[in-house]
Amino acid sequence: MNINLTLIGQMIAFVCFVLFCMKYVWPPIVAAMAEREKKIADGLAAADRASHDLELAKEKAVERLKEAKEEASGIVESANKRANQIVEEAKGAALVEAERVKASAQAEIEQETNRAREQLRSQVAALSLAGAEKVLGAAIDREAHADLVDKLASEL
Amino acid sequence: MAGENQTVSEYIVHHLTNLTFGKLPAGFERYDGSIVADGGAWVMAHGGDEASAMGFSAIHVDSMIWSIGLGILFCWLFRKVARNAESGVPSGIVNALEMIIEFVDNTVRDTFHGRNPLIAPLALTVFVWVFLMNLMDLIPVDLIPSLLTLFGVEYQKIVPSTDPNITMGMAVGVFILMLYYSVKVKGFGFVKELTLNPFNHWLFIPINLFMEVVGLLAKPFSLGLRLFGNMYAGEMIFILIAALFSAGVAWMVPAGLLQIGWAIFHILVITLQAFIFMVLTIVYLSMAHEDH
Repeated sequence: MNINLTLIGQMIAFVCFVLFCMKYVWPPIVAAMAEREKKIADGLAAADRASHDLELAKEKAVERLKEAKEEASGIVESANKRANQIVEEAKGAALVEAERVKASAQAEIEQETNRAREQLRSQVAALSLAGAEKVLGAAIDREAHADLVDKLASEL
Repeated sequence: MAGENQTVSEYIVHHLTNLTFGKLPAGFERYDGSIVADGGAWVMAHGGDEASAMGFSAIHVDSMIWSIGLGILFCWLFRKVARNAESGVPSGIVNALEMIIEFVDNTVRDTFHGRNPLIAPLALTVFVWVFLMNLMDLIPVDLIPSLLTLFGVEYQKIVPSTDPNITMGMAVGVFILMLYYSVKVKGFGFVKELTLNPFNHWLFIPINLFMEVVGLLAKPFSLGLRLFGNMYAGEMIFILIAALFSAGVAWMVPAGLLQIGWAIFHILVITLQAFIFMVLTIVYLSMAHEDH
């Protein structure tokens, strides 16, 4: 428990270590720590900015989506309209065609009927002539009674 | 442990004796009966009597070696981190040391309001160095002295902070800094502070001077002796517990438990004492910087 030269030795060592710490230890570590602090602060700020940007982008995306939906529904609507129109047109065309076919068929039928009628008429005339010939006994002159026969045929 | 041919008190005294190298005065009768020749002799002291006879011209070799060794350990460790310091993600020991540095930095910022690039590194050195010196207390008291005895080293105190020379050496270092900054910052104001405080009248100058000087001198003493006292007491209890082991087989278990308990408690003490030393250093230097 004696006070002796150890005290002086310790003082010298103390001074040396403090100077060493002051020169070679403290400044680089504290500088690195300060730099890291700044980096982290910058990073946090950037993250904040990014999240803000994300928010904006989300809003934009929602807006775009809405627009796109509207556009799409417009397109669908017009397509539907157009389809209806096409169907209507087709319907009209089909009706016209049907009408036309019907008309031509009717005309044909009429024609056929007329032809059949003419044929029938001429056959009836011939038959009635033959009948009359048979009744009158070939006395009737074909030429002389042609008028009469035609008249008769036309009445059929 | 106390040997067969050693009483408990001899054991304790042995553990409290530093390995001392110094100059014995002429005419001193040494332990083996030889008389020191004229002009004295530089020798390793053999026992406390010889160490005391050496007076001031002696040096505690063990305290110096451990203290400087631990100081170098501190410098090496922190320098290693400082050299690789970068702003990237820290890991492992870098994290731990940066935590200490941040802690010291915050303490300095809270206490010291001036601008002085010396204070923070000084506080860091004081804190870590004192902590390391105190930490030696947790090494079993007999381990290193016994090992060294095998190599012929008679005495060994491995806890430098149980040596008043070591603690007072640091305290005096701080005291010199205090005086230096007091004079540098306050100039003549420092003299006024010593003479015209607390009674601001020229008649009271001697009384003021006496009180202020006592107050001023109390600072380094409180700083150094507090650390010394705490660590010395702690060391003493470790030695007493170690002496218990020799009291008989029945004492082994309670002594072991006491040893563990005191060691755990001592972890708190060594950290706290290092912290107190650091804070008082900062506070005293802060006072030296402040003008009233």
